[in-house]
Amino acid sequence: MKITVCIGSSCHLKGARQVVEELQYLVAKNNLKDKIELAGTFCMGNCQNGVCVTMNNKNYSLSPTNTKTFFEEEVLTQI
Amino acid sequence: MKKFDTNVQWIKYNVLKEVASLAWDNKLFDSLLDIPTRINPTKKPINRCCIYKERVIIQERVKIAIGGNKQNRNVIEVIDIACDECPVSGMEVTSACRGCLAKHCQTVCPKGAISFDANSRAVIDQEKCIECGLCTKVCPYGAIRQNKRPCESACQVGAIHMSKDKTAEIDNEKCIACGACVYQCPFGAIMDKSYILDVIDLIQRSQNNSKYKVYAAVAPSISSQFSYVKLGQVISGLKELGFHSVVEVALGADMVADLETKELVEKGFLTSSCCPAFVDFIHKFHRDMLEHVSHNLSPMAMIGKTIKEMDPSAKVIFIGPCTAKKMEFQKETVSPYIDSVLTFEELQALFDSKPFELSSLEETPLDNASYYGRIFARSGGLTDAIKEAIVENHIDDFTFKPAICSGIAEIKMAILKYKKGIDIGNFIEGMACVNGCINGAGCLTHGPKNKIEVDKYGMQAHEKTIKEAISTMP
Ligand code: SF4
Ligand code: FES
Repeated sequence: MKITVCIGSSCHLKGARQVVEELQYLVAKNNLKDKIELAGTFCMGNCQNGVCVTMNNKNYSLSPTNTKTFFEEEVLTQI
Repeated sequence: MKKFDTNVQWIKYNVLKEVASLAWDNKLFDSLLDIPTRINPTKKPINRCCIYKERVIIQERVKIAIGGNKQNRNVIEVIDIACDECPVSGMEVTSACRGCLAKHCQTVCPKGAISFDANSRAVIDQEKCIECGLCTKVCPYGAIRQNKRPCESACQVGAIHMSKDKTAEIDNEKCIACGACVYQCPFGAIMDKSYILDVIDLIQRSQNNSKYKVYAAVAPSISSQFSYVKLGQVISGLKELGFHSVVEVALGADMVADLETKELVEKGFLTSSCCPAFVDFIHKFHRDMLEHVSHNLSPMAMIGKTIKEMDPSAKVIFIGPCTAKKMEFQKETVSPYIDSVLTFEELQALFDSKPFELSSLEETPLDNASYYGRIFARSGGLTDAIKEAIVENHIDDFTFKPAICSGIAEIKMAILKYKKGIDIGNFIEGMACVNGCINGAGCLTHGPKNKIEVDKYGMQAHEKTIKEAISTMP
């Protein structure tokens, strides 16, 4: 499964790095490195709703604070 | 509102703007021959001796604006007819010569080229004179002048000479495409080829970024340009033009700083990879130094590679101050990552070929890189970044001794010393333009405040360290 995090300027300013780092940490912690691919992209054209993340063709709007919940409720349930 | 330093830039800009506006409307090839009269609809010349010559020169500029002579692989071209064939008499004795008694000029002349007339005033035998310039230095009245063509004195690598018919001629074997002559010729007789049409075509064929996405990769020196509006408005302007997204080349610079630091520590002596004119200078004049050239990509190629790894169908246009980048992106090692190159001059023309006004646009943020990646735009920036990367990578058994070379003259000196065995340190930061990219030939304006602007822009970066900027990428 591929999770793409927008690292374009707007999303970056809203904390894309923290989101990426958190996801990397959670993936490693849950031993999911071979099941989940983390990718980046420079702008998804939806800058108002950043940090933009897509997974299984669905768009999510994350922030550093709700990344963990996203991982538990969306990622772990869909894997 | 001052957009350019010189009238020459303004003329070139007008040509580029006309070409671009016709190209957006797909009318270029029908109206190509009308461009001179569109620029000057009157019958009176603005810049030249007669309207006919003026029109022919504009027509030649149009040729270069639409890609130039395909047979000539150099991106720097001479417009023969625009060259004023500046008279060059070499050394000239001016009326300031007082016919003094000391006659230092005669003593110092290594070729015995100086004699004196009936009034005891110096006369130079042009046959014997080798233009060493020693007499100009010793004359207490500064009465001897060295006349050199502006293009020849701008060219630090000696690639320009006078052809048989007295126009300037560029030796492609020597030219490093730094663009110094382009900026310095007061008649605008040397121009950099433009790929503005390729860029318009790439944008149009993307069908609003639906077929593929077009990315603008902007060099950090942009922070010192377009100073009549806010940087955020320039970024919005790029999106108005049809770019999907704008990415900082400075992020590529952060990556380069990190990798180049490790390479330096491993090899023990290194010369920098970011300025293509400097790298080319070593290729053309100091092949024995080639082993020391960093194997890393330049920040431009690095950011292009990064974007294309994330989005394989992406088209990446580099936008910066640099004419040498127009050579670099065509190199085999770089062409997979960069699709075309524009200068800030060309970007200004593109903006003004569209009906929108930059000053009325909202601001769009631009923030991908750290302070250190951003200050690559000025001389000494890369060195500061390496110092930082050494600390961030916890390298404590290496003493970094940089030789910061701003401009080809300093580069030559450093290499000369190195070859003579004089200790110049273990890293050459080479930038072909004096003070770095903020003085690139494709800049709109060149001035001392540009450095301050770049440093200010560096400080505003969201990420404070190189590692942080890099770790934003998954
Ligand atoms: S110093 Fe910068 S602008 Fe000048 S030639 Fe080198 S890379 Fe280009
Ligand atoms: S920057 Fe993330 S959607 Fe535009």
